[in-house]
This record gives sequence, C-alpha cells and structure tokens, in this order.
Amino acid sequence: MALYSEKVMDHFRNPRNVGTIDNADGVGEVGNPVCGDIMKIYLKIENDIITDVKFETFGCGSAIASSSMATELIKGKPLSEALTLTNKAVTEALDGLPAHKIHCSVLAEEAIKSAIKDYYDKNNIEYDKSIFPEESSCDHCCKA
Amino acid sequence: MDNKEIKYIYADNAATTKMSRTAIDAMLPYMEEVYGNPSSLYTIGQKAKEALEEAREEVAGLLNASPKEIYFTSGGSEADNQAIRSAALYGARKNKKHIISTKFEHHAVLHTLNKLEKEGFEVTLLDVGSKGIVDPKAVEDAIREDTALVTIMYANNEIGTVQPIKEIGAICKAKGVTFHTDAVQAAGHIKIDVKDQNIDMLSISAHKFHGPKGCGILFSRQGLPLVNIIEGGAQERGKRGGTENIPAIMGTAAALKEAVENIDRNSRHLIPLRDRLIAGLDKIPYSELNGDGEQRLPSNVNFCFEGIEGESLLLLLDDKGISASSGSACTSGSLDPSHVLLAIGRPHEVAHGSLRLSLGEETTEEDVDYIIRSVEEVVTYLRNMSPFWRDLKEGKRPHVFKE
Repeated sequence: MALYSEKVMDHFRNPRNVGTIDNADGVGEVGNPVCGDIMKIYLKIENDIITDVKFETFGCGSAIASSSMATELIKGKPLSEALTLTNKAVTEALDGLPAHKIHCSVLAEEAIKSAIKDYYDKNNIEYDKSIFPEESSCDHCCKA
Repeated sequence: MDNKEIKYIYADNAATTKMSRTAIDAMLPYMEEVYGNPSSLYTIGQKAKEALEEAREEVAGLLNASPKEIYFTSGGSEADNQAIRSAALYGARKNKKHIISTKFEHHAVLHTLNKLEKEGFEVTLLDVGSKGIVDPKAVEDAIREDTALVTIMYANNEIGTVQPIKEIGAICKAKGVTFHTDAVQAAGHIKIDVKDQNIDMLSISAHKFHGPKGCGILFSRQGLPLVNIIEGGAQERGKRGGTENIPAIMGTAAALKEAVENIDRNSRHLIPLRDRLIAGLDKIPYSELNGDGEQRLPSNVNFCFEGIEGESLLLLLDDKGISASSGSACTSGSLDPSHVLLAIGRPHEVAHGSLRLSLGEETTEEDVDYIIRSVEEVVTYLRNMSPFWRDLKEGKRPHVFKE
C-alpha cells in the first residue's frame, strides 16, 4: 500500500481553501518551524456561523491534506459544531493517516480551536476555557 | 499543479541504482546453470566455488587488495558492523577502548558505535564543519594511547562530501591505529586504492554502483582478526556463515569492474551536470547548497530551501516524474531532521526543507534543466501556501540564507 490514501493525495495535490482572509474574525496558528510544521487558519464568522475559512500550511503532505480537510469539515458550520471537530474525524475523512502522521490531524484540530478562541477573545465572548488546550500537544514543539 | 511536461527522471542514485545489464548478465548463469552450493563436491558446486574465488580476485584487484582480504557480506551495513565490532574487540584485547568517528556517519556506523558505548567503549565523534569535511588535524589530535579504531566515511551519503581519506589513513598508520572507512557512496564512483590510501578496513555496497541489492564487500587487511556477526559454517574462511549468494556476488564483481573502469568517463559526464544543477538551484532565492561545492561526489547535489518542508517537495516532484530524497523529519520517520544537516550547522527549520538529487550516468543536460524548472516551480508553489514563508517575507522571522 502507498504511504498515503487517495483522499490524502487528492487534498494534498488540490488543497481546498488555501489562502488568507483580510480582516479575518479569528486567526489561529499552531506548530513550530523547528518541528517542520505550522498551520494557520483564518475564519470569517457571521452570526456564529463560519461563513468562510482559509488556511496556510508549512509542512509535509499529510499536514497540508489535514488542513485542507479540516477547513472543508467546518466551512458553513456553526462555531459550536466546529468546536467538536476532532483529529479523529479529520483522519477518518482522509481515509486514514500513517501512525507517525496522526499528529498532523491533531495540529489541524488545534489550529481551528485556536482560531475560534481568537475570535472569542477579540469579541470578549465568554467561553468554557477547558475546551481549549493550553499548550500544543506536540512535546517536541514545547522543547524547541 | 500544471503537468504539461511528463517525464521520468531517477535522481536518487545515492539511495540505490538501477542494475546494469553487465551485472544482470553476470548473475543469470549462476541462477540457471551453475546453481550448486560452493561447499559441495560435485562439479556444479565446485564450479560455483571457482566463480566465487574469481569474483574475490576481481574485487581485490580493483581495490589493490589481496583476495584473502575480501569478504562478501549481505551489504554495506553488515560490512560496517563487522569491521567496527572486530576492530573494537581487537583493541579491547590490548586495553584500547576508545573509538574516533564523526557526527555525520551513516547509521550503520553510528548505531554500532552507540551499542559499543553501552558495552564500555568510549566514542569521540568529530565535528565536520560547515562544509562537511573532516579536518585530518582534528583526527590526529583526537587519537589517544587507548584509541582502538578510527572510522570515517569516504563520502557522505546525504551531502556527498568526500573526505581526506588518504591523509587520515596516513595519520592512523603513523600512530598505529586501525582505520576503517565506510566507502558505500564512494566505491565505483571515485578511485579507491587501499594500499595507497592507507586503509585497513573498508565497506562497500553493490547496489550503489548498479550491482544487486543484498550484497556487500568487506575489505579487512591481513592480520586484523575479524569477529563474526553471523555464526554458521566455514564460508568466507569461517568469518561469515551462510551459503554464499553466488549470483549476487558475481553481479557485484561485474558491476564494480564496470564502474571502476568508467570512473573517469562518468566523472567527465557528471561533474558538469552536477555543477549546472547547483548553479540553477542556487538562483532560487533563500536557498543554499549543503556541503562543499568542489570536494563532493560527481553525482551529488543537496540543497536547503527556506520556508518549505521536504516531504511535500518530494511528493510534488514525484508528480512531475522526478525521484529524489530529503532529510526532513517527515521523510525520516523521526521528529528530527537529518543528523547530517544538523552536523554541518543547519538549523532545524532549514534542515526540514532539504532536497537531495543524486544523478546517474543516464542523466542528461535536458533532465537537469527540467529538474531546475520543476524544483523552482514546486518551491514557489509551496512557499506561497506557507505561513512560515510569509513570516520570513514580512520580516517577522529572520532569514537564515541570503537572497
């Protein structure tokens, strides 16, 4: 079997929602150049609905594919639903990732949460802090 | 991405090579006709034994060694393991338990040294400088009374830098220290003469010069006692058990002969192509060649590009028909990028964006130009979606390279 599923290769070769949003309502960035992957998510939010989402990613094939898939999964969705997006859902939507690439899907989940948190913070909206991870899940990034 | 030009260019000859017709033709009779076990007494067994000894003589001649000093192994890694372990244990018998090597050796060497450290040996790993060349003076300074072995690769597998082997060998000889070199990337590509270059032990892998996979050569100077990695029968003078892989050995000898005979011709073909490729890739802003520009293998080009990651670069190059490799963490399956790139002082974030292109005798100037165009296109495309690149461009993070 090839390293990546056809779904991963499709999202890697033809990534959806690449780019930036001017005056985005929420921006989240996770990862570290030392680790070799950074994901940045831009959100446009109207009435608690994600009306537009863009991403920029520095990273491997599965990092780009995970970002692309994650943006597809939250586009047009209410924030409450986007907050429930798990890395597992991203991985499943991509028809799986190799074991050592699962952290790419974790980064995608964290990037989206980070962008939503940014939106809440900017607009002084109260939220349950426990749903946002304090530190990146990547031990390696923390070491850097 | 646009795929108007569809080609296939194999530019990963440092990983492995396509077998040559010569090597295949040398192997076939030993699969179809002379398939006997060289340890058997009947005719096809003895014919296989004769062929084996002819191959040994051939290989010995090509290295300026004696046939008694040549052992066939399963590959370069086994040869490295056996050479290092043998020299270490030989030293330990005389209470010498210090080994000198470098930070950018192949893992077949480094991991063997790690194990020996756990077994009570002391290992000094020398720096290789920003050019990726070991300073012979540093070797001399590191040698102690209790140094059992110096093991330094002939040419680096990632950045292709060629080491001053003859000088290092001369120092070891003068100090009475065993000198081993992992010549896996060098054999068949640059001239090796174990006597002239003061080499005591040397490892070779056949599939790096158009021979078969799974076959290697260990040269070990007469008088150096070898320890077995594989126990078994009396094959290879009792130093390597297991029925000899006669077809592979015949292919190895034939491939080495052809490669050695063509070293000058191949270098004349490859060096201008290598330099054309280096000059072309160097035009990409914020990129830099890894390793010395001159003292490197005729086939090796290795670059770092800021703001991108190597695995995505490789996948998109593959879509354009180019097979290459990278030292990024994602391609190594570990968290850290290549230890070789870190050893020459590349920061992690730059080492992730590395690309190794290793050319072959079949590579043409047209191929090189196509590679340059393709790499430029893919690097630009990936940079345009990279938040890291955006930060570099906007001055939020400092560049490592000049434009």
